[in-house]
Amino acid sequence: MRFMMFMYPQISEEEWNPSAEDVAAMGHYNDELRKAGLLLSGEGLHPPAEGARVGFDSEANATVTDGPFAEAKEVVGGYWMIQARSKEEAVEWASRCPGRDCTIEVRRVFEMDDFPRDVQEAYEQADPGA
Amino acid sequence: MTSRGTSRRLTSKPTRVPEATTNAAVEAVWRIESARLIAGLARMVRDVGLAEDLAQDALVAALERWPQSGVPDNPGAWLMATAKNRAIDLVRRRTTLARKEEELVREVGMRMAIDGAESEAALDDEVGDDLLGLIFTCCHPVLSREARVALTLRLLGGLTTAEIAHAFLVKESTIAQRLVRAKRTLRDANVPFEVPRGEELDARLPSVLEVIYLVFNEGYAASAGEDWIRPSLCEEALRLGRILAALAPRQPETHGLIALLEIQASRARARLGPGGEPVLLADQNRSHWDLLLIGRGLKALERAERMPGPLGPYGLQAAIAACHARARTAAETDWVRIAALYDALAQLAPSPVVELNRAVAVGMAFGPEAGLELLDTIAAEPSLRDYHLLPSVRGDLLAKLGRRAEAAAEFERAAALTENARERELLLRRAAAD
Repeated sequence: MRFMMFMYPQISEEEWNPSAEDVAAMGHYNDELRKAGLLLSGEGLHPPAEGARVGFDSEANATVTDGPFAEAKEVVGGYWMIQARSKEEAVEWASRCPGRDCTIEVRRVFEMDDFPRDVQEAYEQADPGA
Repeated sequence: MTSRGTSRRLTSKPTRVPEATTNAAVEAVWRIESARLIAGLARMVRDVGLAEDLAQDALVAALERWPQSGVPDNPGAWLMATAKNRAIDLVRRRTTLARKEEELVREVGMRMAIDGAESEAALDDEVGDDLLGLIFTCCHPVLSREARVALTLRLLGGLTTAEIAHAFLVKESTIAQRLVRAKRTLRDANVPFEVPRGEELDARLPSVLEVIYLVFNEGYAASAGEDWIRPSLCEEALRLGRILAALAPRQPETHGLIALLEIQASRARARLGPGGEPVLLADQNRSHWDLLLIGRGLKALERAERMPGPLGPYGLQAAIAACHARARTAAETDWVRIAALYDALAQLAPSPVVELNRAVAVGMAFGPEAGLELLDTIAAEPSLRDYHLLPSVRGDLLAKLGRRAEAAAEFERAAALTENARERELLLRRAAAD
């Protein structure tokens, strides 16, 4: 099974000033994940100031808001996708991250097999490209 | 991942707030740490069986302690220290009991190795040499193929005897016996616990790659409806293959194998129909292929290709799989390249099945006549006499040439040879159509 680990930094981007040591520690952690054979992918994201949000109202009208987002408390800073054998294993790996002032949210990725057969069929009929 | 805010003022060792924990959490730590733990212990005590016992003792201690105290900051080091103390106790006891001089020498040597390891940071296996040593020991050619597979899943995958038995559809006592015998064989043969170097590494690598490939295929052969343990063998094989490629990155075939596995795994969802029936590659819905795994597979293949020397058998099979993965539709498949790759594979690892596949590829690339011509050269092969795919492929090529009566006869022959009811149905339908 696959898990996404979302990293939510709890400091603003102005405060962010990692030392070479910090960067090396994170590199080491990523290497550990890779050598454990479970890192599938992982990326860091540019700050939200450079991003945008597309919201939809009840009529499905889209509204675009450019970053930064004043009201946002939690903004994803990056993610890892890992293959783990249980939620506990994924949580254990998240606990080993050398992070500070941040939260890592661990979420299992849906697989088609998680849905009942009739839901799978209905979905595939509607979206043969899924 | 590197990202804003992820690592401000971080230290290399995260501290953890201890709190009550569940057995599931302890087991998760165990799954992560057990292989490295056993590997580190095996280097010291030079016996994987004993190393496994010591590691198990440490797990029992953790299961007693951690639910109250919480998982320690560095659980791997905790487990290692606990196991090492047991090892020292054991050696002390044995030294007292040892009568024969040679035994004494061995025990003292062992003790020195443990003491020596004391000064190192626990689990200090930065380059992964211990783990690699364990992989090569579990896959030692002195062991039978079945024994290598079972021992690898047990010691490197952390699977229980029951899980392995379940996965291979055999009795638990059979696997238990196989494991006991494998460990005894390693001990009796005095197999040194080490990573082979240079030419010896090249010579021993295939038996490791074979084990990982077998584990993968066992999982891949399971149908979607079966319980989770068999399909999860694929994930386990992928994990082991990725570990091997990370620890032995200078061996092109480690990248070749993982490239092959990633690309094959990418088709897992598309290769079975709603009723569990196999769907041929050409008929698969390619939008169901897993792009993440394809990307990983292609990257691993590139790595193998960039290394000096021609591709090995796994690399070539990965390159063939990559030709399919790159084609957005079946019609876009680069059959000329696939035929050339099969040609290389036939020279490197000749087998009638490879020849058969080569004939298919040649038929697709250069027309059915060329395919038939090649097929005729292997038609007399005794090992293919009862292989239903031979007449099936022949029938297909004949049908393309419009030789319908001959094609129908071949499809009928193939239908009579296959043991798969669904396939027989399909072949008979084709026979009737031609």
